[in-house]
Amino acid sequence: MTPLLTLALGVDIRYAIGATLVSVIATSSGAAAAYVREGFSNIRIGMFLEIATTLGAVAGALLATRISTGAISLIFGVVLLYSAYASSRSRRERSEALGPDPLATRLRMNGSFPTPEGASSYNVQHVPGGFSLMFGAGVLSGLLGIGSGAVKVIAMDQVMDIPFKVSTTTSNFMIGVTAAASAGVYLGRGYIDPGLAMPVMLGVVVGSLVGARVLTHAKTRWLRIIFGLVIGIMALEMIYHGLTGRL
Amino acid sequence: MVNFKQKWTDQYVEELIGNLLQTGVILASAVVLLGGSIYLIRHGLSAPQYHVFMGEPTDLRTLSGIVRDALTLRGRGIIQLGLLLLIATPVARVAFSVAAFALQRDRLYVVVTLVVLAILLYSLTSGQG
Repeated sequence: MTPLLTLALGVDIRYAIGATLVSVIATSSGAAAAYVREGFSNIRIGMFLEIATTLGAVAGALLATRISTGAISLIFGVVLLYSAYASSRSRRERSEALGPDPLATRLRMNGSFPTPEGASSYNVQHVPGGFSLMFGAGVLSGLLGIGSGAVKVIAMDQVMDIPFKVSTTTSNFMIGVTAAASAGVYLGRGYIDPGLAMPVMLGVVVGSLVGARVLTHAKTRWLRIIFGLVIGIMALEMIYHGLTGRL
Repeated sequence: MVNFKQKWTDQYVEELIGNLLQTGVILASAVVLLGGSIYLIRHGLSAPQYHVFMGEPTDLRTLSGIVRDALTLRGRGIIQLGLLLLIATPVARVAFSVAAFALQRDRLYVVVTLVVLAILLYSLTSGQG
């Protein structure tokens, strides 16, 4: 969203980030009801990791008010490029059924989710590693106004060994709270403009209500490829603009 | 008492939260739409200047300022109030989770959720004043 606003419409990146944060909250909250009904998300994992993401988000948002827009654009491009790479790459195969991790058990994170063959249970691993990566996701979210869903999913899916569907839906749940933490700082600094945020938010609300319905039926492989291509092109443009200072 | 605790299963709580979030978004969108209509009727023909960053005036940055502007039916104030409602939606979700975990007698997660709530409230109030 931010690259679209800055590259195509020439909006200052700070306004763009403010408006995008708003749209991130709207998407996450609007889609939540649909996701919840599927019964995949894990509220305890989400809430525990939100300590890390909200702290990171506040830190990132405060950082964003101090560094130049060129630097923000450059970081944005690099992050986009990485998420394009990460989302197009095929996932590591799950190592079968590791035993329960003591810390995850103490935090009551292990759970189960519905499959056509009945409930499938999972054991969460590497809580400290996931927690640290979530702090990083929070900083990026606060700095760039993005949901950093990709980093959150990597933290949960790859590091903590949480099943993909559980990771993505729990991540969606967390994105709204993370974005709200940064949005508070942005609002207080005057980065959220009502005239710009209004069309962005209303458009996104309609889109997310439709999208959540499509996503549960869509083929994930095609979604990954399309997403990867679009993001890759935007990333290169953001880096170019950051380096040439054209924003 | 046992029945009461059984009713508040994770799935039940998550469904309530999902509905809470959706209601928040719909409410916020309605307020933004109302403010947007007023704003466009009054200023729809003037071109905005978003390629130059000026920052919002103080009345659109603070809670009290936004409420004051909205009450005088200024379009931008009402939009900002709707955006504030939207930002408050996840915060309300966290607050609701505190209560839900308390009903489940899950002390550990009451504390975890209170920490998240404290960070959110800090962020919302840090820029004020």
